[in-house]
Parts: sequence; structure tokens; C-alpha cells
Amino acid sequence: MTSPASALASADTGEFSQTKNFLTITISNQIFGIPVLQVQDVLGPQKVTRVPLAPPSVAGALNLRGRIVTAIDVKRCLNLTSDTPPKAMSVVVEHNHELYSLIIDHVGDVIPLKDVDFEPNPATLDPLWKGISHGIYRLDKQLLVVLDVPKLLESVNS
Amino acid sequence: MDDLIAEFLTETNENMAALDLDLVKLEQTPNDKGLLSNIFRMMHTVKGTCGFLGLSRLEKVAHHAENIMGRFRDGDLQVTPDYMTLIFESIDRIKMILSGIEETGSEPQGDDSVLIEKLDAVYEGRALSPVASVMPDSTPITLPVSSLPEPEADEHGFVPVRAPQKYLATPPSAPTPASAPETTAVPVSATPDEPKGEAKESAVSAQTLRVNVDVLENLMTMVSELVLTRNQLLQISRAQKDHDFAAPLQRLNHVVSDLQEGVMKTRMQPIGNAWSKLPRIIRDLSMELGKKIDLDMRGAETELDRQVLEMIKDPLTHMVRNSADHGIEKPEDRVRAGKPETGKVILDAYHEGGHIIIEIKDDGKGLPMAKIKEKILKNGLASESEIAAMSDQQIQQYIFKAGFSTAEKVTSVSGRGVGMDVVRTNIERIGGAIELRSIEGQGSKFLIKIPLTLAIVSALIVESGRERFAIPQLAVRELVIINDKSESKIEEIKGAPVFRLRNMLLPLVSLKKLLKLDMTDDKRTGTQFIVVTQIGNYTFGIIVDKVFDTEEIVVKPVAQILKNIDMFSGNTILGDGSVIMILDPTGIAKATGEIETSNAKTEQAADMASDGRDKTSLLLFRSGTGAPKAVPLALVARLEEITLSDIESAGDQKVIQYRGELMPLIPYQTDMDPARRKRAPVLVFIDETRSSMGLVIDQIIDITEEYVDIQVAGKTPELLGSAIIRGEATDVVDISYFLMNNKKDWFKNHGSEDYAKPSDPRAALHAGVQTGSKNTRILLVDDSPFFRNMLEPLLRMAGYDVTALENPADALKLCDRGDHFDLIVSDIEMPGMDGFEFAEKIRAGSTSWKSVPMVALTSHNTQRDIARGAEVGFNKYVAKFDRETLLTTLSQTLNERGDYYA
Repeated sequence: MTSPASALASADTGEFSQTKNFLTITISNQIFGIPVLQVQDVLGPQKVTRVPLAPPSVAGALNLRGRIVTAIDVKRCLNLTSDTPPKAMSVVVEHNHELYSLIIDHVGDVIPLKDVDFEPNPATLDPLWKGISHGIYRLDKQLLVVLDVPKLLESVNS
Repeated sequence: MDDLIAEFLTETNENMAALDLDLVKLEQTPNDKGLLSNIFRMMHTVKGTCGFLGLSRLEKVAHHAENIMGRFRDGDLQVTPDYMTLIFESIDRIKMILSGIEETGSEPQGDDSVLIEKLDAVYEGRALSPVASVMPDSTPITLPVSSLPEPEADEHGFVPVRAPQKYLATPPSAPTPASAPETTAVPVSATPDEPKGEAKESAVSAQTLRVNVDVLENLMTMVSELVLTRNQLLQISRAQKDHDFAAPLQRLNHVVSDLQEGVMKTRMQPIGNAWSKLPRIIRDLSMELGKKIDLDMRGAETELDRQVLEMIKDPLTHMVRNSADHGIEKPEDRVRAGKPETGKVILDAYHEGGHIIIEIKDDGKGLPMAKIKEKILKNGLASESEIAAMSDQQIQQYIFKAGFSTAEKVTSVSGRGVGMDVVRTNIERIGGAIELRSIEGQGSKFLIKIPLTLAIVSALIVESGRERFAIPQLAVRELVIINDKSESKIEEIKGAPVFRLRNMLLPLVSLKKLLKLDMTDDKRTGTQFIVVTQIGNYTFGIIVDKVFDTEEIVVKPVAQILKNIDMFSGNTILGDGSVIMILDPTGIAKATGEIETSNAKTEQAADMASDGRDKTSLLLFRSGTGAPKAVPLALVARLEEITLSDIESAGDQKVIQYRGELMPLIPYQTDMDPARRKRAPVLVFIDETRSSMGLVIDQIIDITEEYVDIQVAGKTPELLGSAIIRGEATDVVDISYFLMNNKKDWFKNHGSEDYAKPSDPRAALHAGVQTGSKNTRILLVDDSPFFRNMLEPLLRMAGYDVTALENPADALKLCDRGDHFDLIVSDIEMPGMDGFEFAEKIRAGSTSWKSVPMVALTSHNTQRDIARGAEVGFNKYVAKFDRETLLTTLSQTLNERGDYYA
């Protein structure tokens, strides 16, 4: 699971126009990308059991085909405050052999992104976001933030 | 084939496959310590197991190979290519023997002396003989594995057929050695198209099928899904009343239930499965070592997750073997130590507080402290001064370090320092813990605690704040419904909810508050439930909104990021597919601030308050001549049996070494001469400062619960009097007499030395017996359980009706409740509210107790204190241990009051 991430970390703006596939997701109108190989599942709205006393960004736990998955409210992790749409979707990822369901607003397409369009995080980026972003891809009309899933999950407890 | 051997083969073949990998790696990095240890351990396991299966040839080879592996591991020897070859050779030999066993069910004949000689040469540091060729010193008689040289005709003229490694899949076409006549069922010249060899060939592989746990996990997941779908279908069919579907659905329902059960069963196994080998091992061990050992296995039906079972199987075997080998002494040594000839190894498994506990106990010689210390020094693990500062417990922990073995010589059974570290690693890997308690001379006890996270439990499903939770049924004692009609209500003391459960005040916690759940629909007036929960001695109630059903649940660990919430021990998926959190009662108890302290006493006291008269637990024993004797059981800390020859003298006091201390012994009209008697039972009394005293008696009879009614005052000073117990006149013994007279300094800490005694102590008791009527109620407040336990029976036997409480706060509760007492006896030194404050409260307020006489019990008898006591309202001041004065004072005070009122 980590190979796309590490490959990404070592990726520079290299002459070869290699591409990587990302699943695009939208949270509060910002587009994000998750390396497609890290994605296990995409879910529609789910019945989530609240976990009392859990960190605020833990939305609860849900049953995914007999496995218990911890649901993470990504919006809270990113300190975004917009309302969650009624039909919020989730992306299931695996981290340390456990499944996490990242609750986000919308799931978009899987798109190939060229390495040449990759940029490291701009210096002025919100420090919170810097901690959970790999870098930025320049798209035609907007910028895509690459989510660093392990870091995002580690940020939940801190 | 023997089940044991079949299992051994499956296991060893797997180990061997792993070993092959390690060996290849080792060739590249010849002196890798980790690899060397791995190989060493595997050899050790093979050797250990086959030793018990009576596979002597295999054991021999493995033993010698292990020897040199040990030297490689310790870095005594460098691994050279020559040595590598030798290791390979040994492993090939082991494989060859293994395949022989698999084929015929017994070890093939053969001579390994050349190989062993080579191994020994290396072990002893002699030069390896120039014969470098790796020819087996005897031609294999059985099926050779492919790594062996080309087969040649053996002395029977049979040419072994080269078989693929997975030869088991093909019908055997190999000859059986004529030297194994018991296996003649296998024809000597079987042809491939004749699938003969019957059960033999498949004995190992066909009976058991090793399935990857992941596969089972997956199956389980799918079955859960199936169950959910079935539930939905059932719901639909119920709504539609469509009869066409009803019958097949019903069938589906049954099948799915059975399937679910079946899949669950594949994961759960009684722990007895892991123990099945042990009796044999113990039997063989006792033969080999010339010991008499009894193996007692309890709780074999306790179910464990398969995965856990696998993980603890080897450690358990190892520990039982250790107990038998190192723990239990030889019969003659045991007799000399005053123990029965036959040693005992006890295995016990049970559920406790959300854990599975496995105990391995032996009554052997315990861990040799001196030897452990010596070894610690030798290995440079700690300095002498560091050791001196360590407790016995800490020192004992060193046996879990790698390479630590105190066995004097390396036997083939154990003593190589491989083992306890492996045991610990294995147990910790599954999140368990291992504890060790050992007393030299008395035996050792290992406690393995395995968390619930992999086990199945039955749980009570409750609702609070519109969320559902599971509470492990093990912790639930009872359920109480509270609604508008119920007599008792939840009451509050400064915001702390409590409930009167029968005669006990039950502290309560609201789950809603504890978990910071939605408080909006908090309807105080509606029906509520109290889940009465018990953790150790601590009983408390959890307030919930609803109680559903109990369900069998498979506990799954919570996600890593939720691990630090103490309130949950796991989570699970219910039948309806929803995720539910499992509450951890221990965590909740901790959160309420009460950590496993004893509240049971309060319950007892409260019970007494209502009944007026209560039964007392008594220990009945015989000592000296005359009637049987009785002491209140609550006073006796422990019952022990001592070896009389162990008694030593300190001054004119007989003492014995007991738990690292000297315990004074007092014979109660009994014989302590070791020449006439070997062992004697001892009642151990321990006061709150932890000093102990032993009363040596003739014989313990029984424990009984009786209403004690002293009818005749004691004839001798150590007797409180006589009562009818179990229809027989029984002398009730006053333990405080022994405590006072035989060990003066016993009470030194409590400061009661110079207290004037009444001229005739008997008079006091008589006074008590006469004055004390069943209607005279005395409230006793003392924070020390020991003294409550001592005074309570004393007062009760003097004829009073006693209520004993551990703190003034509880007493004031009774006061508020309107309970009536004729006299209050209170300790002065108490945590929280002390006796002075207590008296002030009672005297100051307009309580019903305002005029009740109060007697202070104290260990402080300075003038100042006595003055202060008088000031706050105590009528009398009595030293804590002077029971005669206490009784006289009580009867006097009560009489005075009577006069006063009269």
C-alpha cells in the first residue's frame, strides 16, 4: 500500500511524463486526490455507530461486510466547517492493517496525473494542511491537494 | 498412528520448511545471531517434543545438533562452510527420520553414531574429521527425501524409490523395512495403480487440514453477511405474509444458523485441546526423572480462540515441563521437606474480568533465589548492590531474560536458557501478560492473562442516550428496574447518585454522564435500569435507559486510534449488522474513582443493621482436650500447614519463617515436638500493620455459619465462653487473649501498653453477658477491617446487637435514616472524618442520636486527647485492645444511662 506513496515522495518534475492514478474527492469545494491503489472501497451514506469519548474527528464505527471500520470525519481533520451534504460518501482505506472510512462530500473520477504537474506544498499553505498533504497537482482549472492518508489518520489522535 | 505423533509430524514438517529458509539465509550471513537463535530454538523444540514421544533416535540427533547450535549462538564458534555442511547434514538426517516415521509410524532403524561423533567433535572443539564427504553413515532404509544422495540398495536388497517432496499426495510405492514388522500392512511391492498403504499414507495429511486463519476469518465475514441478508428476508416475509416463501425461508434460516455456528466453532476451541499432550508428557517425564508427579487440569472446557490457543500451546507445554523438571523435587527430597511424596502440577483456566486466566501451579521447590542472583551477577545483568535493592519479585523476573537458566546441568529436558523468554514473547505477542509468584520451598505459580479481544463472550445489550452498548455478562450481577411505581428511587448525595439495593447502598454511575452522551432526552421520571456490576469486591450500578437481550458476541479489538479510551474493551457487530461498543466494567469502575476496593463490608454491615441478629462464620478446630473450639473466620487471615521441624526459636518465642518474615507461633494446647508430629495446621492472624501471628492447633474441623449465643462464660482466660454450634457445645476462643499475652509487642504500634485492667477481667464478660440483651444495639465505627472483625464478634458474643461500619459518614447515613442505637463505639483515628468530628456532628446537630452515649476507642491515650474527647461529647475513653475494660465500660455506660433515665 505504501509503494505509491513512496514513489510519489521520490517523484520529481522529471522529464519523463509519467502519470499516476488518483481518485478525486471533494470536500467543501476543494478537490483532493488519494492514490487509487490506497483506496479499498467507495461507500454511500452508512449507518455509523457513535463512539463516545473518541477524538472529535472520529465519526464512529461502521460495519463493512463484517469488518469494523472506523469512520473519520475528514472535514474536521482539515478544520473545514461547511455543512456535510445529506448524501455524504466515504472512501475506505487501510492503515496499519485496520480499515478507516474517510467521510467526504463527493467522490469524483479516477484521473491520471502527470508527474510534471506535481509541486511540493507551497510555503504559505496552512500548517495543518501541510501536515497531511503530499503536495499539489496543477490541474487545468484548479489545484488538487494530494492527501497523505497515514498522516491524516495519525493527526486524528493529536 | 498415534494422534500425538501425527500432530508432531505436521508441526515439525512445518518447522523444517521454515528452517530450510533460515539455513539458506544463514549461508549468506553465517554469523547472524537472530538466525542462529531461530535454528537453535527449532532444534530445541524438535528435540523436546520427540523426547516425550519416545522417538529416541530423532531426539539424539536433534540433541547433538542443538549442542553445536548453542555454541554458534553464544558466539563460541564461528560458522564455517564445513560446519554449515554439518548442520545441513543433521537436518537432512532429521528429515529422513521424520519421513520414516510418517511412512511407518515408528522410527526407522539406523545408526547415527558417525554424524553424532562429528557433531560432538565440533561441540567439544576437536578438529572436524577429514572425512568431509556428507555420506550418511547408514543407508536410509526408508523413503529418502530428494536432498539425499542417489539411493542404493540396502542390506535388504530393496531399492528405495526417489519420491517427490510431496510424496504423500501419491500412493506409496516404496518398500517398508522388514525391521518394522508391525507395519506389514504395507505391501512390500505395491504397484502404483493399487492405492494401498491405506490409512498409513494419509494418516498425517488427511485427518487434519490446516487452514489459514485468514480463510476462516473470511468465511466468518461472509457468514455474517449471509446472516444479515437472511434477517432482512425474514423481516420482509413477515410483513408480506407470503406463504410461498415461508417454508424455504425457514429452511434457509436453519441452515444459516447452523452454518454460522459451525464457522464460529472453527475458531473456538476448548483449552483442553492444548492440554491433551500434557498428561503423557508428565508421565514420561516422571519416569525419566524418577519423580512422582500428579497433573491436575481444571477448566479444560474454557473456550479460547483458535489463534490464541495455537500461540499459548507451546508456552504452556514448556512451562508445565519446567514445573515438572525444575519445580517438583525427587520423592525423597519431598519427604524430607515434609511434603507428600507425589508432587502436584495444577493447570487451571477460567474467565475473569474480561480475561482468560491460565494458572500453572506446582508445589515444588520454588525458584532458587540464591542461584538466580548468582546467575544475574555472572551474566552481568545487575550489580550486587542493585540486586540487594531488588524485591524477590523483581529478582524472579530475570528468569524471563534470554539465555537465563538456573538448572545446574543441561538435561535433555530443559535447562538451556531457551524457553521462558520465548514463553513471554509468545504471550505478549497476543497482548497477554505473564505473572510469576514463587516462594522458595513452597512452589511456583505462573499466571497467564490473555485479553478477551480474541474470545467469545455473552454480553448484555443496553441503551443509553440513544446509543447501544454491550456489557460483558460476566460482570453483571443483577438488573434493577426503577419506575414511578417502584419503592426505591435513585437518591443523590451531593450529586452522587446512590441506590438502596436491599440493605446495601449501591454507588451508581450514569452511563450517559460517563460517556458524555446526548443528555437532551434525559427524562428522570421515566423507567430506568440499573445494571448491578461487580468487579472484584467492588459492586456498583450503571444507570442505563433500556435493557435489551443478551447476545453471544465475538469481541473485536477497537481501532488503534481509539485504544486509549478506557471505557471500551472492544467492539462487535450485532445480529442486525450494527456496530456496537463493548463496555469495560473495570474501566468504568476506575472512572468512578473506586479501584477495586472492598465495599462488601458495607453490605454486610447494612445487612446486620436490619436483621438485628446475624450469623457469624466460624472456623471450627480441635486443640487440646475438651470441646471443639471456634474462632470467628473473619479474624483468620489464612490457614497454613507448617513443618514442625522448621520451627526456630527467637528468645523464648517460637517462630517460623513465613513469607520472608519471622512469624511468632503460639501453641494452643498442642504438641509442637517434631519428633512426635511432622506437620501441624496453623491459623494465621495478620493485623493492619502486616505483622502476623500463628496459632498452632491440632486439627481444623470445618467452617460453619451459626448464630452464636454464648451461654456459659469461659472457664479459662482464652475462652469467651461456650456456645452450641452445630448442636455441640463448643468453646469460643478469644483471639485477642493470645494476641495480647503472647506477643506483647504485637500491639505496640497501637499504643495500648499501660492500661489499667479491672481487677477481675471475667467480671466484665459476665457483666456483658448479663447486661447485653438482644435489644441493646451498639454501633461500632472503625476504619480498620481487622479490628471491626475482632470487636464485632466480641461484642456480639457479649450479647449485644452490633452494627459495624467502616466510616462515620456511613454511620451518619444510618442516623439520617432514623436507625436507633443504644450506644456508639467509635475509633478516633480514621481517614476522612475522624472520631472527634463524628462526635461533634452527633452532639451538635439536632439528631436523634444526640443523647446516645458514645465511647471512644483509641490508641492515643494522652490527657489532651482524653480532654478533647470529653469536650466533643464522648462519654468514655477506652484503649483499643483492652477488651475487658471495653466490656465493663459498655455495661457501665449503659447502666448509667438506664439509671439516668430511670
